[in-house]
Amino acid sequence: MTTEIESPLSEATTTRDRVTIRFAGDSGDGMQLTGTQFTRTTAVYGNDLATLPDYPAEIRAPTGSLPGVSGFQLSFSSNDIHTPGDNPDALVAMNPAALKTNLGDLVPGGLLIVDEGEFNATNLRKAGYEENPLEDGSLSSYRLMRIDITKNNADALDGLELGAKERFRSRNFYALGLVLWLFSRPMDTVVRWATDKFKRNPVVLEANLRALRAGNAFGETSELVHERYEVPPAEVAPGVYRHISGNEATALGFVTASHLAGLPLFYASYPITPASDVLHELASFKRFGVKTMQAEDEISAVCAAIGASYAGQMALTGTSGPGLALKSEGLNLAVMAELPLVILDVQRAGPSTGMPTKTEQADLLQAMYGRNGDSPVAIIAPSTPGDCFWMAIEAFRIALKYMVPVIILSDGYLANGSQPWLIPQLADIPPVEWSHADPASASHAYERDPETLARAWAVPGQAGFEHRVGGLEKSYETGDINYEPGNHHKMTLTRAERVAKVANDIPDIEVTGPQEGELLLLGWGGTYGAITSAGERARSEGKSVASAHIRHLNPFPTNLGEVLSRYDKVLVPELNNGQLSVLVRSQFLVDAIPFNKIAGQPFKISEISGKIDEVLGVGGPFEFEF
Amino acid sequence: MTAASSNGALNEEIPLLTRKDFVSDQEVRWCPGCGDYSILAQMQKTLPGLRIPREEIVFVSGIGCSSRFPYYVNTYGFHTIHGRAPAIATGLKTARPELTVFVVTGDGDGLSIGGNHLMHLLRRNVDVTVVLFNNRIYGLTKGQYSPTSPIGKVTKSAPMGTTENPLDPIKLALASGATFVARSVDRDTKHLEATLATAAKHKGASFVEVFQNCNIYNDGAFASFADKDVRQDRMVYLENGKPLRYGKHLEHGIRLNGFQPEVVENPMSDDELLAHDTSREDIALPMILSGMDYPDFPVPLGVFRQVERETYDGLVQDQIDVSRLSPEPDIEALIAGPETWNVL
Repeated sequence: MTTEIESPLSEATTTRDRVTIRFAGDSGDGMQLTGTQFTRTTAVYGNDLATLPDYPAEIRAPTGSLPGVSGFQLSFSSNDIHTPGDNPDALVAMNPAALKTNLGDLVPGGLLIVDEGEFNATNLRKAGYEENPLEDGSLSSYRLMRIDITKNNADALDGLELGAKERFRSRNFYALGLVLWLFSRPMDTVVRWATDKFKRNPVVLEANLRALRAGNAFGETSELVHERYEVPPAEVAPGVYRHISGNEATALGFVTASHLAGLPLFYASYPITPASDVLHELASFKRFGVKTMQAEDEISAVCAAIGASYAGQMALTGTSGPGLALKSEGLNLAVMAELPLVILDVQRAGPSTGMPTKTEQADLLQAMYGRNGDSPVAIIAPSTPGDCFWMAIEAFRIALKYMVPVIILSDGYLANGSQPWLIPQLADIPPVEWSHADPASASHAYERDPETLARAWAVPGQAGFEHRVGGLEKSYETGDINYEPGNHHKMTLTRAERVAKVANDIPDIEVTGPQEGELLLLGWGGTYGAITSAGERARSEGKSVASAHIRHLNPFPTNLGEVLSRYDKVLVPELNNGQLSVLVRSQFLVDAIPFNKIAGQPFKISEISGKIDEVLGVGGPFEFEF
Repeated sequence: MTAASSNGALNEEIPLLTRKDFVSDQEVRWCPGCGDYSILAQMQKTLPGLRIPREEIVFVSGIGCSSRFPYYVNTYGFHTIHGRAPAIATGLKTARPELTVFVVTGDGDGLSIGGNHLMHLLRRNVDVTVVLFNNRIYGLTKGQYSPTSPIGKVTKSAPMGTTENPLDPIKLALASGATFVARSVDRDTKHLEATLATAAKHKGASFVEVFQNCNIYNDGAFASFADKDVRQDRMVYLENGKPLRYGKHLEHGIRLNGFQPEVVENPMSDDELLAHDTSREDIALPMILSGMDYPDFPVPLGVFRQVERETYDGLVQDQIDVSRLSPEPDIEALIAGPETWNVL
């Protein structure tokens, strides 16, 4: 459905142009759902926004414990924004553990809403509080709202046939109702969602709606709440918008690519955080001819996709870093057999199992070099949740045209983060072109296109093209097994040149800010928002700082070297221990300055700003405050 | 395997092919005297009888001596990576169920490095034919023991004899839920050809173990029971519905005493013998038969099990077909999602 935006500005409100709010509670408290529902309402209302879900890897860590705290932060604004905000202006803490782990981020004087009903001796002990922080004056620098959400919510559900556990579980809707009131948001988007979600369970629906309305009414009537806020809709480009997460956009991009190409999509994947949602999404697209296979392991997943590619279809596998490691041998087979294949890597903090639910950008060098032999593949990376849609299509465009594997480096921050997204018109999306071997122009499967060096995609069913391929080195001319020294040399260079030629087919990198000057911020992937915002902030302070974001990592855009040469210094902020900076230094002999955060969390704008000041010599040495 | 084409009838428009049509232009590079030559020849004889055009047949292999097989068959072929042929074949067949797909593997490729994929291909009942060349040794890497080598086998990597128990491929296939499980031997060419043809025509995952002699690293591994002059007394040919009889004059038989097979000499009538039944849903009988080994028992050859079940690739395709009926797929509606707002 489509909603027309009006501005129901209430008289009793304070208008702000940007608010950052964080919901925090036990992982069983439904904080991700609360955050998502507030986000949907805010998106439909017309604010620009960005979100940061942050949850533990454990499905249910011990109730009330510090590791079990789950958080969801979103920033919404009447301006164009790029990040979910550095520090929340408002914090909702559903128990003592949530307060303890999140309070340090709340801005001084920020709004703090706590469920005081949960601040009992047991929960305080689990959170490691010796004194009740609600009583000892330690929260005096915040605007504290103590509400017994647990009790108020239970009262609101009086008379419903629900056990104590189920009553307790709906208190997130009470909190949601209250926060919707605080920020002058209507409840109808949530009500519509809940009505559909719980249509088969009327008692739970009734409980959630009662909880929602009770929380909302509490805001309206309670004298505890002295202030209400309004963030007017953002001035954004006209058009029809939706709310979208990175993983949703990725899956949509893949199915759209398949639709545009008119070629079936085959997705094989082994469940892994944070990539599994792409499997879930694509599994629901069967009506678009999408076949999904939940493989027995990561290796099987890449191999099944290679089988589908050999069969002539759009072949895709998805994973996260540990899975990419397992797929490297299969990936190399696709390199050697010169088959189109797209590999989605939704990166997470490593090495090894690392921190599965935390974001990182540390698979760039694995994608680039993590295979035996000289084995180049194309690598691209989306920069925002919405950009995942476009890069999914771009991956297939490159793979099918050049008969190469293409790795998409998404990350947990992009995958689970979300934003309002201008819905593209199908006619505005460039075509995805491909062809199977054409008897008019190719006589066998290893005849190459002189422009792209791509071999003919001869597929089973094509009479006259019966051939044998595999992982053994092949003759440049015939594709038959060949171990001759000169041939291997030539084939290795050909595989490299074919990937290098992709550079002629991608857009130049664009610079935001001055086209030459003191400092260029160079980034890639999910750090786009923080880097762009830090650049904007620096320029607003009169500093000569530009930013550029790389979406094509291998090969780089052809103008990148020239762009780098126009700045005195190049700063490379990355969520790893220095990977793009290594590539840039080796390819362009530029003294790029690495700026690395490896904390499982995205950059704060202020962190990049601090580093900019250090590099420009207007601030002291920057240090992270974790 | 849908040999007679998926619409159930022989396609009369397909020209009659001969064995020669399935011989590729590549020089065969197995050691002279290798059992692989026989398997290749019987396969090339079998393929014309399937009445499937060459271009609709794909041979997928992994790594090892056996996995060179696709180079020598003039169809589509994919010589992949070690152990992964079942996974690649699963993707291939699922993407294009109309193709006829064979997997050629060995005891190292299929049971050691690729054991997991083989198990899952059989479990899913992907409609492909898996031919596992079992020579009980690693040939291409020059003579290490394999997962089917008998315990105590002396090899380069086990100079004092292996300390590992062997795996029985037939038992693995049965336990994995394979809907067609058979065994043959390279030197009984007629039986091998017939077994390959039956396997190829089975709809569902077919598994054929072929005892294959490696005359370089494990020569004579099967000679004690498979040599021509002793074969009739030391192997028993399984035939559906028929009593287990063997010997030059069918003078030996097998009966069951509880779960224990026993050899019967000069049985009075078929009634006292175990009658083979390939169609049982439970795998108790073929499991018992698979336990028979020389010298205590004759070694069984033939079809252990053949049952009908929906195939993985068929079910996946059915879900696509059903989903496409309604509602009418609308990619623009999908991109727009359930909730939009208009900024003027």
